[in-house]
Amino acid sequence: MPPTPPARFKVNGTPVQYGGDPRRSLLDFLRDELSLYGTKKGCDHGQCGACTVIVDGRRINSCLTLAVMQDGCQITTVEGLGSDDDLSPLQRAFIAHDGFQCGYCTPGQICSASAMIAELAEGWPSHVSDDLLSVLPTDEELRERMSGNLCRCGAYSNIIAAIRDVMPVAG
Amino acid sequence: MFGTYDVPDQRNLLDQTRQGIIGKPLDRPEAALKVTGTATYAAEYRPENCAEGVLVTATIAQGRVLHLHRDEVLSMPGVLGIFADKRMLRRPAQGTAGQAPVQDVREVEYYGQPVALVVAESFEQASHAAKALRIDYAPEGDVPFDAGKAEYESGQKPVILGDLDEAMASAAHSVDLTYTTEGHASAAMEPHASIAAWQGDVLTLWGSFQMISHNVKELADSLRISPRNVRIISPYVGGGFGSKLGISHDAIAAAIAARELGRPVRVVLTRQQVFDTIMRRSETRQRLRLAADASGRLTGLGHEAWVSNLPGEKFAEPVTQATEFLYGGENRKLAVNVARISRLTSGSVRAPGEAVGMQVLEAAMDELAEKAGLDPIELRKRNLPASQPGKDRPYSSRMLVEALDQGARAFGWDARKPRPCMRREGEWWLGMGVASAARVNMLRPASARVRLEADGSLLVQSDQTDIGTGSYAILGQIAGEMLGVPITRVRVELGDSSLPSGAGSGGSFGASSTGSAVFRACEAIRDRLAHRLGIPVEALELRDGIASGQGRSRPVTELLQGEALEQVGRIKPGKTQMDYAQASYGAFFCEVAVNAFTGETRMRRMLGAFGFGRVLNAKTARSQCLGGMVWGIGAALTEEQSFDLRDGRLLNHDLAQYHVPCHADVPALEVILLEERDAPASPLQAKGVGELAICGAAGAVANAIYNACGVRMRSFPMTPDRLIAQLPDPIARAAD
Amino acid sequence: MRAFSYDRASAVADAAGAEARLIAGGTNLLDLMKLEVELPTRLLDINHVGLDQITEVEGGLRLGALLRNADCAADQRVRRDYPLLARAILAGASPQLRNRATTGGNLCQRTRCGYFMRLGTRCNKREPGSGCDAIDGSNREHAIFGVSPACIATYPGDMAVALAALDASVEITGSRGGRSIPLRGFHRLPGDDPSRDNVLEPGEIITSVTLPPPVGGRQVYRKVRDRASFAFALVSVAAIIDIQSGRISRADLAFGGVAHKPWHDPEVEQALLGEVPSPVLFARAADLLVAKAKGQGENDFKIPLLRRSLIAVLAEATGV
Repeated sequence: MPPTPPARFKVNGTPVQYGGDPRRSLLDFLRDELSLYGTKKGCDHGQCGACTVIVDGRRINSCLTLAVMQDGCQITTVEGLGSDDDLSPLQRAFIAHDGFQCGYCTPGQICSASAMIAELAEGWPSHVSDDLLSVLPTDEELRERMSGNLCRCGAYSNIIAAIRDVMPVAG
Repeated sequence: MFGTYDVPDQRNLLDQTRQGIIGKPLDRPEAALKVTGTATYAAEYRPENCAEGVLVTATIAQGRVLHLHRDEVLSMPGVLGIFADKRMLRRPAQGTAGQAPVQDVREVEYYGQPVALVVAESFEQASHAAKALRIDYAPEGDVPFDAGKAEYESGQKPVILGDLDEAMASAAHSVDLTYTTEGHASAAMEPHASIAAWQGDVLTLWGSFQMISHNVKELADSLRISPRNVRIISPYVGGGFGSKLGISHDAIAAAIAARELGRPVRVVLTRQQVFDTIMRRSETRQRLRLAADASGRLTGLGHEAWVSNLPGEKFAEPVTQATEFLYGGENRKLAVNVARISRLTSGSVRAPGEAVGMQVLEAAMDELAEKAGLDPIELRKRNLPASQPGKDRPYSSRMLVEALDQGARAFGWDARKPRPCMRREGEWWLGMGVASAARVNMLRPASARVRLEADGSLLVQSDQTDIGTGSYAILGQIAGEMLGVPITRVRVELGDSSLPSGAGSGGSFGASSTGSAVFRACEAIRDRLAHRLGIPVEALELRDGIASGQGRSRPVTELLQGEALEQVGRIKPGKTQMDYAQASYGAFFCEVAVNAFTGETRMRRMLGAFGFGRVLNAKTARSQCLGGMVWGIGAALTEEQSFDLRDGRLLNHDLAQYHVPCHADVPALEVILLEERDAPASPLQAKGVGELAICGAAGAVANAIYNACGVRMRSFPMTPDRLIAQLPDPIARAAD
Repeated sequence: MRAFSYDRASAVADAAGAEARLIAGGTNLLDLMKLEVELPTRLLDINHVGLDQITEVEGGLRLGALLRNADCAADQRVRRDYPLLARAILAGASPQLRNRATTGGNLCQRTRCGYFMRLGTRCNKREPGSGCDAIDGSNREHAIFGVSPACIATYPGDMAVALAALDASVEITGSRGGRSIPLRGFHRLPGDDPSRDNVLEPGEIITSVTLPPPVGGRQVYRKVRDRASFAFALVSVAAIIDIQSGRISRADLAFGGVAHKPWHDPEVEQALLGEVPSPVLFARAADLLVAKAKGQGENDFKIPLLRRSLIAVLAEATGV
């Protein structure tokens, strides 16, 4: 087989390179090669959101993209959002509101929420927006926008409360 | 003092201690690890030179494996080995099995059963090689795939009291209704995973488990080795819900391959394999017969269920478990019948029994209330017996009336319309429903070690797991409260088989059982501290590292004199478990909107009020309740396993097609925690809470749907197709 | 996943006529490659060839094939002038998937038939000539229009349903040049060759989708599904309805979740045009629509559900 053109990209600000088996998903690369195990594998098919990371400012499912496809990208994982001794406001809010139980979907929820807040700030509409041109950050909006992140423990109410805590007061 | 729990502990010691942390809504001690992604789950340990294993699953439903075309696969890049051992598991172990489940993957009993493991250097190589492995089968066997074509046998000893038929015939009000519920999957977010590594004859297995001391025995028995040579490490578990009570295919396959290859092997089930092979909650058919006199008092209660499982499995979904004690009715018939069919194993899925039994009982009670002309809350209150029917034993405690009353007040039950189709917003019918919650309470054998360090800090250790339930938080709170140590100076280590055996996480018994073991260890340490202080233990007060009483006061570190005090505490269920009917109770209230055109149902509001003894941590307990209610919403509206009746295969075996509720399905749920003390339940006066909030929830939803649109749903989940089959046509056919 | 070679294209010219399988968002292709339902030996990454913009053309909008679904739905012009399209996109998948999925890829997404997605079953779409296990099997999700004895699968998407109602066109280029076809003709019915989802020829690539100039009227996208979000449609209805002088002057309709393509029925539109909106009219149109529907057993409910959904949408769009 022809050689794979390597991909050079940044993960949490650190330059990395990948030119191995092109089958490797970004998810498996982050976990098994960079030991960034905060990004979780829940379904490996884009159906649960546990593997959510932020690529060039956008939340995506890292299971449904290949490591070699990340050339030139800036990737942020949960480890890049805050650490044990330097928690982000959103991470603090998740703790205060008990926005998790088993913790397995949690990094994905947090990555997803932090990108979602930015989408809302840009005025992106959603399925439940009454007016596509003027979006209000209601709880219903938050729930719809977080629906790509499943939580089997059922911490949904607390997750929304946590996100609400760090949202700019508006609407 | 280390024996069985035979006499209710009425001292309420945790109400007299002074540290002031028991019950408080403290953050989980492991929270920072979880929100930063640094808590380590089973698949995330990386021993040197670890190979990757992927299971191969059967593409027939029943028969024998004749031949594996190994050579084609062994020559593929990176492939290290193919394993199809007679020790490999055909079925996962049931909860508390403590011994090997059905082994030998050379025979196939259900579609999708694991039949081999392929190990390679990389996950990608192993995944492809597993798919490439050709297998010749001899299909044979005649176990039916559909319960409708199967023979039933009794799944548990029936309860028959008096003459139910006569009670039905002479009742002033009665209902005789048949319901169906579809199969459910646990669908924990973390797929089952094992990493096995051998050092000589000793196996270390990093896995995802609920009940480690049982899992050690299951592993050892399956591998034919001594339990002493098995070490399980499972400090963080990405959800269990019954599916990780027993060991599963990954653990044994990884262990066998690692031994053979002489290097560690990781086996993680794919999401589809988790669905296809682990555990299902059986679908049920349930017949409810309720007979009442003119005042609405039950005179007869029939609850018969038909469920299914593989041949030979002892587990039969215990559908009538709460019906046995919840309501009166002197003439009773309760029975569970099980059909033997070829589908994946059915076993414990969160709140086995009550999860599907209570929702149906509570839907039938709503129909009876309507017939009797009673408010559904009033009907329930009129039917709470003084002692358990047929067993004549008292209830340890029962907060059902309080739950119904306080819940009704907080929810605004007054605003419910007495008849259906009286509230409409645009396309949506609105309605409210109520249901009782009940779940049996169990105490299980448990032990835990508490070590009061010389510096006055505390270490609590047990192989108890925390599957999201809050074990880390509450065990630390119990110990800190008992020994007067601030929570910041308490460390809790769990999930390692080298530690004393906790009860494990299952049946809602983990907190009260292992918590009682911690409690007893602390009691022994308190005795010694009191002795050293020279006062009776009854007078001892411990707070912030100071021991005091009878006018004396000294820092605990001084009493310790540079040496730690260590104690293993133990508890076993005893007479209190037999002498009392023990259960947790509650009530659900919900408001739904049903679309008159499309039959879609949306949860508008939902409130649960729950009494489960002492609340050990108000934050984690509330979260357990929230989670249960979300499961209730799933059972009511979205969750349904779909099987192909031609071969028993599960069709919706992923998270796109098996619909667990998502954020948008769940409004801001409200929870009321009703404090009580249940001394017969445990020395903590605490009961189980992990499953309670599912048990009956879907019944409240069904009742709300009726109140909204006048359709009585007797088939769960109540999806749009089922609703529109009964919803009046919004506009009659044009031709009419 | 079967081994494949990977390369990056830097221009559309590299991609058109290529024998390699093209990967853009990858959300459906990688999903199916992991299942080994898709088995490409060469993968060409087209994420760097451009084609990701929205341009204004002849009064309408041209959506680049590599425009992300999320960007399309967030675009002010789309939200203002083509709310139907924005609504349909936002009703699909999850935010994470919409951030990756592209206009072209979305049109080419494959059915979610459980038999198609599972090796070890008979599926004429996956393995031509092997048969169809869905016809006598579990077919709750399957089609009620335009099925064949070979296949009863549905096209699962939402965006294309809106594009069908909007009468968009698809621009395609290949080694033999370019062509433009109406979106309503892009997807195929299964007939006796269900392996082909659409009319793309080997080596052809979608370069854009063009929306005609905006039209007046109310635009409604209604999706009925088993949970409130992140689920495929049981049925969906896309409608553009305008009323002039009390009579329906525009009735552009398309239906999702019911056929191997976004379903379009001119007769139903014709039955509405020129009429005074009323519940009886809606019921007549809905009856006309479902008169041609045929259930497969488990999906029989889709017939009344579609009927009810169309009535609801017409009521919503006309305010009757």
